[in-house]
Amino acid sequence: MKEAEIKRLLAANLLCVFSIILTTTVPAFFLDSFSVLGTHLTWLCICSVSISALNIVLCLVLRPNPSPKRSSFAHKISRFLKCCIYFFMSCILFHVIVVLYGAPLIESVTETFLFAVLLSTFTTLQCLCMLGPNIQAWIRVFSKNGAMSIWDNSLQITTMCSILGAWFGAFPIPLDWDRPWQVWPISCSLGATFGYMAGLIIAPLWIHWNRKQLTYKSR
Amino acid sequence: MRLRSGVFASSCLLVEALGVALFLRGFFPLPVRSLPRSEARRDPPAEPAPPGSGMVSNWTKIPPPLFKKVVIVLIDALRDDFVFGSKGKQFMPYTTQVIEKGTSHSFIAEAKPPTVTMPRIKALTTGSIPGFIDVIVNLNSPALLDDNLIWQAKTAGKRIIFYGDDTWVKLFPKHFVEYDGTTSFFVSDFTEVDDNVTRHLDRVLKREDWDILILHYLGLDHIGHMTGPNSPLVGPKLHEMDNILKKIHISLLSKEGESSLPNLLVVCGDHGMSETGNHGGSSEGEVHTPLLFISSAFEKRSGPLTQPKLVQQTDLATTLAVGLGLPISRNSVGNLILPVVGDKTMREQLRFLHLNGFQLSRLLQENTPAYEKDPGYEHFKIAEKSHGNWIKLYLDGNNSEILLNLGKKVLKQYLEALKTLSSSLSKQVAQYDMYSMLVGTVIVLEVLFLLLLITPKALSSRAEFEVPLSPPLFSLLFYLVCLMLCAVHVIVCTSAESLCYFCSMSWLTAVGVMVLISALMCGILSAIGKILESSRVPVKNPVVSNSSWSEVDVLILTGTIGHVLSLGASSFIEEEHQTWYFLINTLCLALCQELCRNYFLLKEGDPQHSITLKQSFDNVKEAYECKNIDIPAAGDSKLGKVTSSAEFIKGSDKWISLASPWIILICCRLLRSLNQTGVQWAHRPDFGHWLTSSEHKSELSFLAAVSLVMIFILVQRKCSLVSKIAMALGLLGVYSYRAAIGNIIFPWQHDSKDISKGITEARFVYVFVLGIVFTGTKDLLKSQVISADSSVKSIGLWEVYSGLVLLAALLFRPHNLPVLVFCLLIQTMMTKCIWRPLKFDAAQITIMHYWFGQAFFYFQGNSNGIATVDVSAGFVGLDSYVEIPAIFLTAFATYAGPLLWAIHLLCYLSSEVSRNSAAMGHGCFCYALVRSIPVAVYIILVTSLRYHLFIWSVFSPKLLYEGMHVFITAVICLFFTAMDQNQSRKVQD
Ligand SMILES: [Zn+2]
Ligand SMILES: [Zn+2]
Repeated sequence: MKEAEIKRLLAANLLCVFSIILTTTVPAFFLDSFSVLGTHLTWLCICSVSISALNIVLCLVLRPNPSPKRSSFAHKISRFLKCCIYFFMSCILFHVIVVLYGAPLIESVTETFLFAVLLSTFTTLQCLCMLGPNIQAWIRVFSKNGAMSIWDNSLQITTMCSILGAWFGAFPIPLDWDRPWQVWPISCSLGATFGYMAGLIIAPLWIHWNRKQLTYKSR
Repeated sequence: MRLRSGVFASSCLLVEALGVALFLRGFFPLPVRSLPRSEARRDPPAEPAPPGSGMVSNWTKIPPPLFKKVVIVLIDALRDDFVFGSKGKQFMPYTTQVIEKGTSHSFIAEAKPPTVTMPRIKALTTGSIPGFIDVIVNLNSPALLDDNLIWQAKTAGKRIIFYGDDTWVKLFPKHFVEYDGTTSFFVSDFTEVDDNVTRHLDRVLKREDWDILILHYLGLDHIGHMTGPNSPLVGPKLHEMDNILKKIHISLLSKEGESSLPNLLVVCGDHGMSETGNHGGSSEGEVHTPLLFISSAFEKRSGPLTQPKLVQQTDLATTLAVGLGLPISRNSVGNLILPVVGDKTMREQLRFLHLNGFQLSRLLQENTPAYEKDPGYEHFKIAEKSHGNWIKLYLDGNNSEILLNLGKKVLKQYLEALKTLSSSLSKQVAQYDMYSMLVGTVIVLEVLFLLLLITPKALSSRAEFEVPLSPPLFSLLFYLVCLMLCAVHVIVCTSAESLCYFCSMSWLTAVGVMVLISALMCGILSAIGKILESSRVPVKNPVVSNSSWSEVDVLILTGTIGHVLSLGASSFIEEEHQTWYFLINTLCLALCQELCRNYFLLKEGDPQHSITLKQSFDNVKEAYECKNIDIPAAGDSKLGKVTSSAEFIKGSDKWISLASPWIILICCRLLRSLNQTGVQWAHRPDFGHWLTSSEHKSELSFLAAVSLVMIFILVQRKCSLVSKIAMALGLLGVYSYRAAIGNIIFPWQHDSKDISKGITEARFVYVFVLGIVFTGTKDLLKSQVISADSSVKSIGLWEVYSGLVLLAALLFRPHNLPVLVFCLLIQTMMTKCIWRPLKFDAAQITIMHYWFGQAFFYFQGNSNGIATVDVSAGFVGLDSYVEIPAIFLTAFATYAGPLLWAIHLLCYLSSEVSRNSAAMGHGCFCYALVRSIPVAVYIILVTSLRYHLFIWSVFSPKLLYEGMHVFITAVICLFFTAMDQNQSRKVQD
């Protein structure tokens, strides 16, 4: 049972990694002069949209945390709206934090906001897909020994890696190498993306190696 | 001997300060120095005497001047390609034509870093290379005291007129018969600075009553700083300069009569600019400047244009001295540029070269004991001898081809000798005194190891440990090491060729240092031995094994290590403020997460708090260490729990506490945009520049007034009544001081009053500063002697602190007063809302204080370059430059941020003593440790990078800042220890 689930997780995560790689190459066939560095904002949009779509589809197909009771249509709509609001709020929050970290306030607002959207896609959207707009569940997952399935563990790892990646991505900005990828927010968004991809790959492996120790208490 | 951690730490820091001082002395050798100017006027040497008896050359005087009038046009930041490159062809048509077809000589003059205006002017006028330390030492005393061209010209009765950058006016007070200095303060001014120079030109060129005219144009430099070398503004500016040169040249030509001497026009740059438009470093663009000599005395250039030859910037002083018939400045290391005198007779040319060589060899004699072995000196002696032979032939009346050929040979010998002489003289400036550096490094490293090894014991609950003094001091090892080191010292010092500071110290001092080094070494060895011993004995230490690291601990550790590692990259040093801002931001988010955990996860998870819980979640994420939350999360079982009324009362406190990290983050963001600092983004618009510009004076006045009121509100709460009144009066005095010197205005005063130096007002504030500090010290002494309750002591400490705040308010420029306000605000919030409820230990709080102190150092507008030191702070309330108070005030104003945070730490820890009696000792120890680590690592880094391209522009200023910081930290730790001593005595009573 566990082995099979790890395999499903691995497959889903590899699919995500693969789709990120696709977003860097495929649009070049449709858009003129597309490159991740050159037209970074376009790539940010494409990447966020495709990862969101993939995550939602995966969530619908795999149903890692099936909701126990069948809910009405109105309930579903309200849930969906709540999810949208949460996502938007997290974008705003990330934007604010990034500005507090020193991003320009007025110039390049679009860049900063799209970076915040990307970060939210990598972190909040995943949580929304897996756990729904249920703050209690979020708190549970992100506290010690709170994970109840390998999906929760995977969520922890990818979220942490994305944030860490973005954090480390800020390091090369002050260097005077004058490279195109040092321009705000390219290094940070690349850092977040690499962190996310690393998280996606590390998560199944880590769970596989620690499968003996991982005991999930049932609710 | 039992020692308290605080005592141990401060004695360690004192030793470390000694090591750092020794290292600095070795790293920054004093520049080549000659005798003072008063003795400079010795008789010039005669022509070398021809061999054989009876014949003596009758030419003993200095040769007469070659040019009548000299105009020096110095265009700031003129890069070589602006004249010789495509830009020059496009925008400077007249100059290009003169270079290509006219009577001119063109060269590329190489400037030595630091490529900053003031040292470059010194190099151009004295011919010496100002050492790095020379720039620092002379930061405050502007007048140039060395022998220099301008002084020589003035003494020779030449009338000099100067227009341009007022650095010249400060360097050469009373040297010019007429001058108009323009200030280079407003970098955004491109036209007015130059128009202020040019407007005098027509009038002066018509007159005949001057000999030397110096023009220093700043506009190009300002354009470079603001928009870079490739901006569209550069072209028109070069064109403007071209027109000015044309006007001067034509006017000079028209003045030349048939009989009189020709005139000379010199065009040069003090330094170039980098690709971003800045200067100070040693990149090709910054170092290479054009140097043009234009005069009708020269032959018209024939044949194709060749690439201009490379000369040194220092050569100009020598060449001009010869051209004006003046003695060559004594400290000059420059060589005569021969083409300029190329159309004189062979005898004259040889005479000039001999004078130059004689001056250089005399400078060498004065600076090196073993000058006779120097190849340059030997060459010069040989050349002098053959010069004598040539004169013999010449006086014999031999006037054939042989004489000319022989003369050319002597010329070549002279040139060779001059080159070698000046290169060995210039090398002296750049030579590192490796032995002193090594000794300093060893001391610093030993102290660091000792501190690191003793850490576990020093941070134990008693903050006291046994220092076994006698066993290592009487061991055989100690004596052996001592003897060995002394032997090494003798060997090194007897075999060293160059000057070595450590060797020139008295033997007793040197032996003392050796004993110190070996004692430290034995101390380290015994500490290691003890650690090994205790680890062999299997003692169960459950505390150590159990303690898990919280996120804040991990952050503190990685932050400290990361910062130290970042010092290896020059960009990270230039932009060090970014490192600190980044770290304190992350620290605030981590604290926020800690607070959320403290308030929510430990107690309840009721549904009302869902919004905050979301916040908490995001911060859990932010702190990127999501798994260490010790307490299992609130389950669904707690969902229905009803909050009690008591918790509602506590609620407001809780919200304030939760909001405080965010308020602190917003404060930091505001401060960050107050002063743009560093290098890459320094040109960005910021509030500071906006406020200081003249049209926003009323806004600045309003801000200053509000800030002063805020400072009073934040400071007064813990003061006694007397100091409250003194504080209020002092802050009023600060405002009137700033109004008196014209920074800000009173609301009722609309016309700009005449500006005074504000000495009365400033002294009025000093009185209150001293009064408050004195009251505080009195309280401290009282608490020590009478052993009153600790409240007297904490009031005393706070009064000392508020006195320093008042001093800082006086010394800070008015637009920086918000820094002080936010400093006090953040300290208050941190104390009330974060440190108290979270119960951090002293070590963590110390490091957080240190981080914030560092960040505030940069918030003030400081950077790791020397240009940002606000020298004006040293003149507040002083009539003229008085060295000791000026240095003290400047140092205080520069390090106000770290200092105020350190004193605040002391206040906070002394109030914590009731909870943890060892808090002060821990704090002092951690402060010393956290300062020692970067210094030790940086010293090693700088030693290994000493031939790096940016060593003078980036690494050396940072080294000075680090060294200064060590001295200040040592003083702070001594103060800590003094306070701690009181406490310990009381505890023992
Ligand atoms: Zn300059
Ligand atoms: Zn400049």
